[in-house]
Amino acid sequence: MYAFDYVKPASVADAVKALSAEDAQPISGGQTLIPTLKQRLGQPSALVDLTKIADLVGIEAGSDSVLVKGATTHAAVAAHEGVMQAIPGLAKLAAHIGDPQVRNRGTIGGSVANNDPAACYPAAVLGLGATVLTDRREIAADDYFQGMFTTALEEGEIVTGVRFPIPEKSAYAKFVQPASRFALTGVYAAKLKGGVRVAVTGASESGVFRWAEAEAALASNWSPEAVETLAAPAADGMIGDIHGAPDYRAHLVKVMTKRAVAAA
Amino acid sequence: MTPRLTMTVNGKAREIALDDPRVTLLDLLRDRLGLTGAKKGCDRGQCGACTVLVDGRRVNACLTLAVGLDGADVLTVEGLAQGGALHPVQEAFIAHDGFQCGFCTPGQIMSAVALIAEGEAGDDPERIREGMSGNLCRCGAHRGIVDAVLDAQRRMAGDAQGRMGKDGERAA
Repeated sequence: MYAFDYVKPASVADAVKALSAEDAQPISGGQTLIPTLKQRLGQPSALVDLTKIADLVGIEAGSDSVLVKGATTHAAVAAHEGVMQAIPGLAKLAAHIGDPQVRNRGTIGGSVANNDPAACYPAAVLGLGATVLTDRREIAADDYFQGMFTTALEEGEIVTGVRFPIPEKSAYAKFVQPASRFALTGVYAAKLKGGVRVAVTGASESGVFRWAEAEAALASNWSPEAVETLAAPAADGMIGDIHGAPDYRAHLVKVMTKRAVAAA
Repeated sequence: MTPRLTMTVNGKAREIALDDPRVTLLDLLRDRLGLTGAKKGCDRGQCGACTVLVDGRRVNACLTLAVGLDGADVLTVEGLAQGGALHPVQEAFIAHDGFQCGFCTPGQIMSAVALIAEGEAGDDPERIREGMSGNLCRCGAHRGIVDAVLDAQRRMAGDAQGRMGKDGERAA
């Protein structure tokens, strides 16, 4: 790691102020950031620790939505009674991110801000049509994700939480990369008051995306059979690596969608 | 500026002057506190050999900055045995050959201690495998490890009389 200063603000306002310094960067769970710094792929002047800010930790389960604050760990989401009852698909997703050690440190804000193309949370955020809350505004999921590792966040903007609407039913199905437990392809399917949403992670070179054809088919017939009749999405633009070719991932999108609907 | 940290390590209060915020918990334990039980395998959160408990929860010490742990309670493998008596998880790893070379063992044991404390794995070997998925064993002793965790869990639940066997007994 290159040298950096460590800043431990007690409030979101102090954190925003600290992040206005040139090349200052927020750190939450650090499960991606610390390995990145160890490889000297980043050179922040300061790390601003968001995990000590009381306002950024916790979960509020309401009657029509669940708010997960930004520095809440995956383990906390997975074990939260309110989340398990309101959105069991979200609790199960959180329970299978990485491994237990990672889940005890990694946070939803960090995951959503990083927007790794194979991360699990972006699928839930987009699939449920959640709202990303920041220190300065609210951003709809459809506007937030802008391609792999790219989001609508401005320089120094902090994800303070994610507000998930409670769906009628929803589930996440993930085909894991067996070593990292990242999604080789993962699909979050949700039946909401406003309609059906299907979000895919791990597959596309453009990061998490919605599969419109599946949403239309499931809106009239919420069943795995409705997905069966569809052609898999085009392999063009899908990720190809040692774990799977683009057409394999395209095939997985369809299979994981069926599994998610069956599990919801 | 030299941050001063107060930490409890294996039950003992420690005052630590940290001259560099880049020091990970793993480097603090190994290089500055002389606790070399937690191992540096990959140093990037993939192998789990550095697993220790922070405030009762298992973490990869290599992915945790020490500077962020002011006031934390840290437990390493050195803190498990009480006097001359090994922890039940340590005994079970010996009884079931839950290791070969031993390099990953401190991390495996700390992870197993936390898994049992979480109380979620039950008696299901598949859930134990999932619960231990953050700890790799390159020798391939995973079968003995799962048996050891199952056995330790039963012993700690208090119904373990005479149930320790060398032949990898599994829950029926």
